[in-house]
Amino acid sequence: MAELAVQNLKMYYRTRKGQVRAVDGVSFTLEPGRALGIVGESGCGKSSLGLTLLRLLPPNAEVVGGSIRLGGQELLNMDDETFRKDVRWTKIAMVFQGAMNALNPVLTVGSQIAEAILAHEKVSKEEAERRAKGLLEMVGINPARYNHYPHEFSGGMKQRAVIAMALACNPQVIIADEPTTALDVMVQAQVLKAIAELRERLNLSMILVSHDLSVIAQTCDDVAVMYAGKIVEYGPVEEVFVRPLHPYTQGLLQAFPDIAAERAPIVSIPGTPPNLADPPSGCRFNPRCPLATEECRRLEPELAEKGAARHRVACHMVSPGGEVPEVRFA
Amino acid sequence: MTTSTSDILLEARNLVKHFPLRRSLVQALRGERPAVRAVDGVSFFVRRGEILGLVGESGCGKTTTGRLLLRLEEPTSGEIIFDGQDITRLPAKEMTRLRRRMQIVFQDPYDSMNPNLDIFSIVAEPLRIQGLAKSREEMEERVARALADVELVPVEEYMYRYPKELSGGQRQRVAIARALVLEPDFVVADEPVSMLDVSIRGGILKILQRLVRERGLSLVFITHDLALARHFCDRVAVMYLGQIVEQATCDELVHRPHHPYTQALMQAVLSTDPRRKRIYTGLKGEIPNPANPPSGCRLHPRCPLATERCRTEVPPLVEHAPGHWAACHHVEQALARLNQPAAG
Repeated sequence: MAELAVQNLKMYYRTRKGQVRAVDGVSFTLEPGRALGIVGESGCGKSSLGLTLLRLLPPNAEVVGGSIRLGGQELLNMDDETFRKDVRWTKIAMVFQGAMNALNPVLTVGSQIAEAILAHEKVSKEEAERRAKGLLEMVGINPARYNHYPHEFSGGMKQRAVIAMALACNPQVIIADEPTTALDVMVQAQVLKAIAELRERLNLSMILVSHDLSVIAQTCDDVAVMYAGKIVEYGPVEEVFVRPLHPYTQGLLQAFPDIAAERAPIVSIPGTPPNLADPPSGCRFNPRCPLATEECRRLEPELAEKGAARHRVACHMVSPGGEVPEVRFA
Repeated sequence: MTTSTSDILLEARNLVKHFPLRRSLVQALRGERPAVRAVDGVSFFVRRGEILGLVGESGCGKTTTGRLLLRLEEPTSGEIIFDGQDITRLPAKEMTRLRRRMQIVFQDPYDSMNPNLDIFSIVAEPLRIQGLAKSREEMEERVARALADVELVPVEEYMYRYPKELSGGQRQRVAIARALVLEPDFVVADEPVSMLDVSIRGGILKILQRLVRERGLSLVFITHDLALARHFCDRVAVMYLGQIVEQATCDELVHRPHHPYTQALMQAVLSTDPRRKRIYTGLKGEIPNPANPPSGCRLHPRCPLATERCRTEVPPLVEHAPGHWAACHHVEQALARLNQPAAG
């Protein structure tokens, strides 16, 4: 199993309104078998990051710098043909947002999984079918349903089938983009449980992209909080969600309703996320931050380890020892 | 369910909405009328100045219920009493007049707005339909007031812009302004924040809460998010397969959920605290087809407490504690489970 190391990755979209810096200097390391959550709101660049890793970008997108290494091998300078054959689906696979609605309605679910295997490997049809049935079983679907059509599956089963399909070529890393977003809570739990079991069984590394803090808190080892194309806080979930340092992370957690908490006033973060074609100078969160000073408006903060080991934050107001004035959003 | 006080603005009595399905030949010959039983005998009331949450999973009938209250759908049977008046069979013309007092906010502000109209025209439309503004000045004044109410200020900056120039949160504020411009006393909000980011949601919710407190507005808040309802609403009604299974104040409901379904729904909500790591996969199986719901208690095929009685006998909605209703034959066993550690 290989480590995925991303260094100072930059991916910009060219638009009529200028360059949109969707991924702007992102670095992280995903060790084998671990799960990294990428959390952030619409337009923060979290989905773009996943697409960049798998080289599935639209024509107006351009990787302008940085490095993506899998097991020490640089992926960014690999030619498209080699990447398609040796990396995409076979080493890094992806479950797309809303993928369960992209199953072909006129083909059986099982044959679509077998097809994914046949497209990448020289195996017999029988072997592909046998493996597809094994994959279905692994995500908790009775292999007897191999010949059923998507409309005969419930939403949660379709989503699990799509996850099985992503695993068709035994990847080492799986990127799941909002894998449970359209699902009801109990169905969501079934899908998350299936993912957790798979990871353990296959020693899979996972990047889970979501806007939902609770999904990441419950399924990931580490978390990267993204804001306006950048990681503003990074570390083990037990650190970041329990002792959040960045004012944005604090605000997100305060705004997220907790069913176990006593009744509390509704919390929001003032303002809206910035336009990435023209982001604010200095810290990109400064126009919405209650702690912002002149320094924050002028100077961009570096992502640096503060306080606990491996807990990194990009904020001028956090002391090197990890102390930060408490931020109360109202 | 009856109450003697007149602080009740709206009451739904045994509301039913069946959407007919196409009949097969066999069904036609047998005289059967297959239908999706979207809402199947729902009773509740909404007090003046309160927020009532209608909570449930996809397909439980919460949206249809909301639409029935405003007669955007015609009920198959049952009654809707608004401010003492039975409006179930009110003629269309009178219903239109009544809509001055009853409004709705939809989930997707982009879908529910004409993209070719500017914000002024969108918010002014109800005034025009109702013929309520005598002059252009009056119309402008009332639109400006509604925009100020939803904190789209300075209003001149927003009035003549188009929906596509606004963010999702700003568009939802416009949708609320449109509902408020007639100064209604009853509003249904159907998942008004579920398409918005967490940091933006709070702003919209606080506006709704303020309007309820300041104007004595009654709000029916439809949501799939029990955790949000817990902090936003005064009371909550939990729906499952077209029926209300439990109804109580928010505090009562989360501290002493009486119904096994409510208990399961609560446990399935994930925590943002990684130290409380637990993914609860909930009840066995999935929600049955509402065209062919189970006999007796509709939860029985999935319920851990189900007995023979649950298979045959429909449990009525009974008041077990003041203001706390539940429809379950085994409330005592359900409550006893609250003291046990939950199974994963």
